[in-house]
Amino acid sequence: MRNLFELALVLGQQEKGLGALGAGIGYGAAAIGPGIGIGYVVGNAITAMARQPEAAGMVRTTMFLGIAFTEALALIGFVVFILLKFT
Amino acid sequence: MSVSSGPVSALDSPPVERQVAGDMIRRALPVAPVLVIVAALIWGLDGGFSAAYGLAIVLANFALAAAALSWAGRRSVVLLMGVAMFGYIFRLALVAGAVLAVKDLAWVELVPLGLTIVVTHLGLLFWETSKVSASLAFPGLKPDQRSA
Repeated sequence: MRNLFELALVLGQQEKGLGALGAGIGYGAAAIGPGIGIGYVVGNAITAMARQPEAAGMVRTTMFLGIAFTEALALIGFVVFILLKFT
Repeated sequence: MSVSSGPVSALDSPPVERQVAGDMIRRALPVAPVLVIVAALIWGLDGGFSAAYGLAIVLANFALAAAALSWAGRRSVVLLMGVAMFGYIFRLALVAGAVLAVKDLAWVELVPLGLTIVVTHLGLLFWETSKVSASLAFPGLKPDQRSA
């Protein structure tokens, strides 16, 4: 009887640990994509500014909005992680 | 013959990120009470507080991003790249920290908090993008000279 109880306890802890691991992996995966995207956005903005410095204001405006849009994906991933993990 | 008075280097351009973030914050302030009231009606007083907190996180995130990118943009485009990338990680960590720090407090409802973060972030961005797109396509019709 005691062994069964200990087994259930261990399985419960394992399930909790696996849940935390899954949530962490999910959040990390949700942050990698936007990271790559922001790299592309800023890299291309810098190329555009180097080719056409007089358009830097417009390029930086578009870049800022592009970064914020890309970041929204990471925020959605974070919010989903929070809601799945803590509610 | 006219001489262009525009910037001669990418570093000479005005701090457009600050202007864009300032526009977004100005637009968010009148909408904020409506958002808080709606959240309070659905989730109660705690929902209203959580929505206000979520809104503050989003606005602080925009302001921080704009300040960092403007600062880096005045110095070097290489610094701009570094600040954009590491700033993204840093601000994501700050948002995560700000939410995780309060998640167990009595007045926090995670659903309105999370929804407010996503909806406000995307809503303000789409709103600003529509204004910026209009001003880029039709500069002479720019409704407000402060907008980028």
